[in-house]
Amino acid sequence: MPDEHSADLRPDAETDVTSVVCPVTFAKATAALDELENGRILAIRLNDGEAARNVPLSMKDEGHQVLKLTDNGDGTCTLLVRKT
Amino acid sequence: MAFSDEQLTRYSRHIILKEFGVKGQKKLSRGRVLIVGAGGLGSPAALYLAAAGVGCIGIIDADEVDLSNLQRQIIHGTNDVGKPKADSARASMLAVNPEPEVRAIRAFVNAGNILDLIRDYDFIIDGTDNFPAKFLVNDACVLAGKAFSHAGILRFNGQLMTYVPGQGPCYRCVFKEPPPPEAVPTCRQAGVIGALAGVVGSIQAMEAVKYLAGIGDLLTGVLLTYDALKTAFRRISLPRRADCAVCGEAPSITAPVDYARAACDLS
Repeated sequence: MPDEHSADLRPDAETDVTSVVCPVTFAKATAALDELENGRILAIRLNDGEAARNVPLSMKDEGHQVLKLTDNGDGTCTLLVRKT
Repeated sequence: MAFSDEQLTRYSRHIILKEFGVKGQKKLSRGRVLIVGAGGLGSPAALYLAAAGVGCIGIIDADEVDLSNLQRQIIHGTNDVGKPKADSARASMLAVNPEPEVRAIRAFVNAGNILDLIRDYDFIIDGTDNFPAKFLVNDACVLAGKAFSHAGILRFNGQLMTYVPGQGPCYRCVFKEPPPPEAVPTCRQAGVIGALAGVVGSIQAMEAVKYLAGIGDLLTGVLLTYDALKTAFRRISLPRRADCAVCGEAPSITAPVDYARAACDLS
């Protein structure tokens, strides 16, 4: 991502869903998002594989804005989602 | 109030539903439902509402579990025969989900106690097995301004209707008064197929869930009938009656009324 936008992508809250499996990953991320105001950004730490594939799609499907998916290099990813 | 990981896991299939979500689940957890009767209809309704995480569920029944109940009253087990139904139901509900507050009430509803019993609840499920009790629940809910689900089952047939104050008819708009006690068979005399109670009681649970979560369309102004032998559902639209004795413009019923039950009902 270009640096000029990085300030906009600072998460307002974060949640870790690596301890649960799909679809609880999405349920837990949704619950964390529910605590935020519209326009705020949530950082979601997820496991590579199924969760990293499914959660971004489900977030888009809910109408939220998927901003960025970063590989953390430790078997997990961090997904940035803006609540809409 | 935020859900724990355990709650998010338990209710995940609700929460991931777009129309339901965290908000729907929170509404359920704040919801209060009274189930009148821990019998054929009350069994599936109580189990589903407990499983769904409804915050407070009252279940009222004065009887004890009888061996002849078990063919359809799936909340009770063989080991529960002889125990109070309300207590047996409560134990089964908490075994499914320990989270709800479950109040077991060992009593018959009557004109003297019904208003007190329904006061604390948002939605009432009529799982009674006789006409006097059905009219009593209806009248009390209308008088107290409570939404409720009516249902009745007999042999292979079931029917349902949901009353919401100010929306559509009440049970008495449709069936003006109880039939003469001797004119009507009860499950005890006429039989009832067990799974029918499951179908109809589960629809009652669904109505309660939708009412609490504020989603979908309820069976207001509609009598839904189910013919299990033909696997046929019918929706019959019914109007509110301006001259209804309890919800009409000039009601003659202003307090709950007890009707005599058929002699064979009294046990």
